[in-house]
Amino acid sequence: MNSKDHTFVIDANSRKPLNLKEIWEFRELLYFFAWRDIKVKYKQTFLGVTWAFIQPFLMMLVLNIFFGQMLHFPSETLPYSVFAFTGLIIWNIFSSGTINSSNSMLTNAVIIKKNYFPRIILPLAAVIVSLFDFLVSFILFGGLLIWFRVLPDVLRFIAFFPFAVLIALITTVGTGVIIGAMSIRFRDFRIVMPFLIQLLLFITPVIYPISAISNKTLYHVLALNPMAGAISLARAALTHNPVDWIIIGISSGMAVFIFILGMLIFKKNETLISDLA
Amino acid sequence: MKTILEVNSVSKKYSLSGINPAYQTLSGSMTNFFRGGKSNEREFWALKDVSFEVKEGDTLGIIGRNGAGKTTLLKIISRITSPTSGRITGRGKVTSLLEVGTGFHLELTGRENIYMNGSILGLKKKEIDAKLEEIVEFSGVGEFIDNPLKFYSSGMQLRLAFSIGAHLEPEILAIDEVLAVGDSLFQQKCIEKMTSIVKSGRTILFVSHNMQALKSICNKAIVLDTGKKIFEGTAEAAVDYYNTEHRLQGQTINLLDLPRGKYAGELIFRELKFATPTFQYGEDISFSVLLKTINPSARKDNVIFGANVIDRFGNNIYHISNILTNQPFIHGSDSDEYQFSIKSNLRPGQYRLTLCLTVNDVVQDFFTELIDFIIEEGNPYGFSKTGFIQGMVFTGFEIWKK
Repeated sequence: MNSKDHTFVIDANSRKPLNLKEIWEFRELLYFFAWRDIKVKYKQTFLGVTWAFIQPFLMMLVLNIFFGQMLHFPSETLPYSVFAFTGLIIWNIFSSGTINSSNSMLTNAVIIKKNYFPRIILPLAAVIVSLFDFLVSFILFGGLLIWFRVLPDVLRFIAFFPFAVLIALITTVGTGVIIGAMSIRFRDFRIVMPFLIQLLLFITPVIYPISAISNKTLYHVLALNPMAGAISLARAALTHNPVDWIIIGISSGMAVFIFILGMLIFKKNETLISDLA
Repeated sequence: MKTILEVNSVSKKYSLSGINPAYQTLSGSMTNFFRGGKSNEREFWALKDVSFEVKEGDTLGIIGRNGAGKTTLLKIISRITSPTSGRITGRGKVTSLLEVGTGFHLELTGRENIYMNGSILGLKKKEIDAKLEEIVEFSGVGEFIDNPLKFYSSGMQLRLAFSIGAHLEPEILAIDEVLAVGDSLFQQKCIEKMTSIVKSGRTILFVSHNMQALKSICNKAIVLDTGKKIFEGTAEAAVDYYNTEHRLQGQTINLLDLPRGKYAGELIFRELKFATPTFQYGEDISFSVLLKTINPSARKDNVIFGANVIDRFGNNIYHISNILTNQPFIHGSDSDEYQFSIKSNLRPGQYRLTLCLTVNDVVQDFFTELIDFIIEEGNPYGFSKTGFIQGMVFTGFEIWKK
């Protein structure tokens, strides 16, 4: 197609919906942003990509010693190490993805001010970086399953685990773009996010199983946190335990809600971004 | 000739917060909320009702002092920021080159940075693949191309950055003051490259203070002043108009309403008065400033002024400040007038003045390159052709035969 035939209109009074076609046109830039961040992140470190293994691995070791061995936390028929690691790698998609996207606008402020591209590409690229870390730690996860002889039902695993990752991703993109847009208007978010994420870790069943909550109301309220459903489902993929689909349903619904809310908030603030960045 | 870009009464308003920085904090907007939504925002029109048309293959120069709205205009056309009102229609792809080397990362190699920066400038990977050799060749960085950028000299980084910019081929290319940097030989090379882009039928919007480059690249030009279009015509005519009719806002400049950066703003510049409308060669550059107190309870002792004289290429020639002579002022009332006098041996031409005000080491107000003044033709030697004499300053000398 000759781009000369392409006419464009910039009108102060027009309100455009989220332009998916345009995001698709800029997919290479999305790739390059993610590629740059991954490359730069690991290029200079001595251990390189190994860091993506080491962090969740050490975390798992410590959790296993304290909560698994010493406090005997319940772990839904899984070895506690596997139980905790599953929770951690799913949780890390969310925690690092959200923090990365909330920073993405400010760290790339110079580029935003001088170039045009759909701004949403930046938080999306930040989430892709977290997904990359997840995929790396997934290799270690496989090793861990073999080591502890946890042999999941293949069909059940293929059906549940990617679904769990999908819930986590949708949630992360949703919160990521909300925080990304807000951090441009209110710099407070940058300071407050790591703290908030830490708080959230405790109300998410990462180190304990959601089934350990005996109060039925509280149990369902906790599922409003989409990460609760995502982590429960990821664990269910490894066992033959029955799945509480109400929990998964509530969490998936919330994930989609957060995602749509995120897109709306981002769209509303998008035009402000280059003026305030 | 078909119209390729039509700009229709475009305006852009920025909200400036008086004391708060331009971005908000939660506590700030909460206080505003509890005060009934009254914020101390001031409005500022960066562009007001600007209209023009560009035909296919035209190269339009955009001239104006800093703060006139040139960059804002380019940003709106390339969709980086949206207009407050007005409408733009155009045909083809628009690429803006507001800065070279955006997205460059020191840890990435030259080659990787070409992909990163090219992609940010809207090139597809395939297009970069095709142009890669040419870009590397043009930049002259040679075998360094696979070394991380941090091992490049700043000149090499700049040449690489510019080479990518010079190989863009969109239908409409918007170039901001990017030629101001870099060594002059390389600048020449870039101008030649751009001229060849024009000849291939692209449309270029070109912002520059380098009037010579502007005249050689552009066939038409507009002149902007405080957001309004005040002249439109051929590039030659526009440069003449800018140089003669409109070079100064006059002897007295009201600084109160000019755009400001994110500084404390408790005590700000109100007015600047030049001693004469233009200066003669060798004459002291004399001016005075008046201040305005915005926050009466703030401290007003230890007042320090800084001023720089910058030439049109951006060279910082003189820097004066009462901190250098250890004479801080105490600001009594707003009727206090501060007198500046700079001994000058600058060559005739147009210069810009930077003004900075700090109180107790906190920057209160800062104007960079917004205020212009002229030094009239003349030299200390009685030589008839001043333009023939080289150098930034004219010095005293003696030459004799022993």
